Amino acid sequence: MTQNVQAPPATTPSEPTNRVTLGLSNRLLARPEVGALVAAIIIFIFFLVVAPAFRSADSFFTILYQSSTIGIVAVGVGMLMIGGEFDLSAGVITTTAGLVNSMFCWYFGVNLWVGAILSLAFCLFVGFINGYLVMRTGIPSFLITLGTFFVLQGANLGVTKLVTGSVSSTDISQIDGYDSLGKIFSSSFQIGGVTIWGTVIWWFIFVALSAWILQRTRIGNWIYAVGGGPDSARAVGVPVVRTKIGLFMTVSFLGWFIGMHTLYRFNTLQAGNGVGNEFLYIIAAVVGGTLLTGGYGNAIGVAIGAFIFGMTSLGIVYAGWDPNWFKAFLGIMLLLAVLVNLYVKRMSTARKVG
Amino acid sequence: MTDTLAEHADSHLHKGEPLIEMDNVGKAYGAIRALRGINLRVNAGEVTCVLGDNGAGKSTLIKIMSGLHPHNEGSMKVDGKELSFSSPREALEHGIATVYQDLAVVSLMEVWRNFFLGSEMTAGNYPLAAMKIKQMRRIADEELRKMGIVVKDINQPIGTLSGGQRQCVAIARAVYFGARVLILDEPTAALGVKQSGVVLKYVAAARDAGLGVVFITHNPHHAYMVGDHFVILKLGATALDKKRSEVDLDELTTQMAGGDELAELSHELGRK
Repeated sequence: MTQNVQAPPATTPSEPTNRVTLGLSNRLLARPEVGALVAAIIIFIFFLVVAPAFRSADSFFTILYQSSTIGIVAVGVGMLMIGGEFDLSAGVITTTAGLVNSMFCWYFGVNLWVGAILSLAFCLFVGFINGYLVMRTGIPSFLITLGTFFVLQGANLGVTKLVTGSVSSTDISQIDGYDSLGKIFSSSFQIGGVTIWGTVIWWFIFVALSAWILQRTRIGNWIYAVGGGPDSARAVGVPVVRTKIGLFMTVSFLGWFIGMHTLYRFNTLQAGNGVGNEFLYIIAAVVGGTLLTGGYGNAIGVAIGAFIFGMTSLGIVYAGWDPNWFKAFLGIMLLLAVLVNLYVKRMSTARKVG
Repeated sequence: MTDTLAEHADSHLHKGEPLIEMDNVGKAYGAIRALRGINLRVNAGEVTCVLGDNGAGKSTLIKIMSGLHPHNEGSMKVDGKELSFSSPREALEHGIATVYQDLAVVSLMEVWRNFFLGSEMTAGNYPLAAMKIKQMRRIADEELRKMGIVVKDINQPIGTLSGGQRQCVAIARAVYFGARVLILDEPTAALGVKQSGVVLKYVAAARDAGLGVVFITHNPHHAYMVGDHFVILKLGATALDKKRSEVDLDELTTQMAGGDELAELSHELGRK
């Protein structure tokens, strides 16, 4: 460890003499996203070298789009994990959100806006139930949300089969409100021949918002506190239950958002989709430096984690390799990230000498 | 040090005035009675020491005063008004702050964030209002320095401080935010001799500033150094309740060590 011990100025002998300003390298290492940033740069250069198709601006924005579809929910999952909890239902709720909207409006023949708002209310309710059960029963969120995950997965298939007779929702592109909702959730625009998806912009907005909340607001302080030491937080008057329930609801809100995007981009949904995505969100958060046990991490790190996911999932395709290897690669990334995080945490919380 | 504590302490506090009065207070968890018949007065400007073995009911007593669990027998008066707290926040609003031995701070968070946790300064009252971070850093640093706690870097995770320093930060925080009653849960239990000394000086300083201090401890020597009033709990009931003038260190130590039971045990073991 490099430490510069500042000598006290001779003119003010009353100043405490043992103050230490940490060296730049140490201050950098103490930031949760540094490991992920280094990894992202290495992977980026790696694919630049091996995959010629990777080198265009167009593919860069495609990667950003791919990253945003995971990154938006990962923003919420990252905050939830900093708050010390898990949400395994975050993947499947994206499909639930779309299905509620689509089938309600198709079955009753009402404007899609009504269904979208109903779906939002439903998702927030699921988030609330997750949070409420975790806080009320004290059962680990891993188990509670595993339960919600299976309930939603089964209900997605079961209800879709009942309503439409098959396992996919019906085409809703002719129902009122499709165009206006499509503009919000799944529009794209061209700049100099490059397609930029709206979700990328939304992703940046959510990341910026999350970074602001975590670093600059009272709620952010509470989120770190309920993750790092819920009992200490409660003892100094932090509303632990409300903070955690709020985090679960944030995740389900962002799940709803991506659900809306998928629905209005493809206009029909496969009821079995979304399963497995919850792990991608968790991987993005962990690769981005979020501590699995809570209390540590930040929004930029989670965004970089999602970007690494986007780069590798498409980079493998651009390089012309068998995409089946993708998951293996992701697993290795996760293991490396956990090792780096462990190391970084040791470095930054080790008792400083001097 | 004392001056700084006095600066933040409530100027309406008068030495000897009762802040918390407990009358025949008891608490049952289901079928288990953890505490019964407790009469305790916490006076301004005095240190009330609560001693007792593990399981004697010390923690339950703290939990009642700090709002973690309400009592279900007897009455508790705070500033003369009968109350029962439903959350720590409510107790804090009445100026009752608790510093726990092991959960005083969130160790991964920076010192200044810990100092202001739960009482953050914000630029507005809306949910996403910015915290006044620069100001918070400066105040936390100033306050800690004034009280003689020098942290190397106010931005370092508080987990990197020593146990004694963490206790002191937690006490300084409670006093800064206007605590009138300070409950200290075994603040010296995990500390070395020197660090315990630092914490005990704070206890004395808080008392001199007019705060009512409840000092929970295993250690009669520490208690006798600062205490004005001693209560020993045994199996959820009061075993001794005496003013400083009525008791000496020997009696405290004997009572704490088990008193008659200890004599019996030594007889049974029969070593000459």
